[in-house]
Amino acid sequence: MPVINVEDLTDKDKAVMEVNQLKLEVKLERWLTSKCCEEIKDYIQALVEEDILVKGISEEKNPFKEKGGCVIC
Amino acid sequence: MAAEKAEMDALKKECDGLRAQIEAARKAVNDGSMSAAASGVASVGRVQLKLRKTLKGHLAKIYAMHWSADSRQMVSASQDGKLLIWDCFTGNKLVAVPLKSAWVMSVAFAPSGNLVASGGLDNICTVYNIKAASPKTLRELDAHTGYLSCCRFLSDTEILTASGDTTCCLWDLETGKQKVIFTNHIGDCMSLALSPDMNTFISGACDSLAKLWDLREGACKQTFSGHTSDINAISFFQSGNAIITGSDDCQCKMYDLRSDQEVICYQDASLNAGVTSLALSSSGRLIFAGYDDFNCHIWDSLKGEKVGVLSGHDNRVSCTGVPDDGMGVCTGSWDSFLKLWN
Repeated sequence: MPVINVEDLTDKDKAVMEVNQLKLEVKLERWLTSKCCEEIKDYIQALVEEDILVKGISEEKNPFKEKGGCVIC
Repeated sequence: MAAEKAEMDALKKECDGLRAQIEAARKAVNDGSMSAAASGVASVGRVQLKLRKTLKGHLAKIYAMHWSADSRQMVSASQDGKLLIWDCFTGNKLVAVPLKSAWVMSVAFAPSGNLVASGGLDNICTVYNIKAASPKTLRELDAHTGYLSCCRFLSDTEILTASGDTTCCLWDLETGKQKVIFTNHIGDCMSLALSPDMNTFISGACDSLAKLWDLREGACKQTFSGHTSDINAISFFQSGNAIITGSDDCQCKMYDLRSDQEVICYQDASLNAGVTSLALSSSGRLIFAGYDDFNCHIWDSLKGEKVGVLSGHDNRVSCTGVPDDGMGVCTGSWDSFLKLWN
């Protein structure tokens, strides 16, 4: 499959490409943003309690902690 | 001449008409913002992460990093001409891969952990077997006519690349040949991200557009506009229904795929630096965005507020990554260091 070098495309080629792409995109079925945002919010909130970067992690369980030094039992 | 101009004018008029239709369709479904949906959500408060490790070893600017799927190993790429594979639990370097070309811009770890890939101003994506006794070049994928800005493995047999030649490409690693070429951007492609279900991917480019592509058909399905400069960083939200972009215009944006539009913008009047990289925390609530101002700023993805900052680098933060288990965040910088935070 040959590489299409964009430098070889004329201005007209680019304009035709753009029109064809827009003709595809204009047909898209679009959902209501209120519903979509609600779903994103619900998705995040269902996972946020387990999100270490939001909730934090104890020293013992932290895989990235610096090792060595004194340990007070 | 006149006929050509008339033709161009007609095409331009058709484009403008179609764009107006699309904007009207987007407006028609825009009945509520993310701020509205998140109004009842509790604040995350101030996010204060601690620096846990500084990984020293590179001798020049770090341009890219990528976590292994095991959430423990990580590969970094520097213009000192090396890839380094790190064990992030111990801070040890496991493997050093010398590069033919030092001008590296991107690096990727295969999900299997067997392979890494890199590329840059050489226009080539080189794939290495790092499980061999010493790193062995498996393939040199050479067909792009511009720099390699980003690469991501689908598996040990397929890899996606984004290039300064404005195209993205899906390669077959068994044959070393291109399978699908994705053409539609009119500016250098700067970054790409695979969807969680691996059926689609998104690309961000210097034409300030983000595009969603069907991986197998090669077709561009959707185009997202709004940024006013190069999109340097792009990521899928974990559900696969939204994407996050970061741009030289100093903003990050979330675009929702099903309503086909921007639903929230992450911007701050005090932030005058371009966004170089971004990564999401495991729930998607936090966005870690690396900026040219030497910091990685932390955003609350739902409320659009800046909730923290990772400070410590002495130069631009060029790359950011959160491992699959969400245990921490890694930042890489032109100061030659990588830092691990959580």
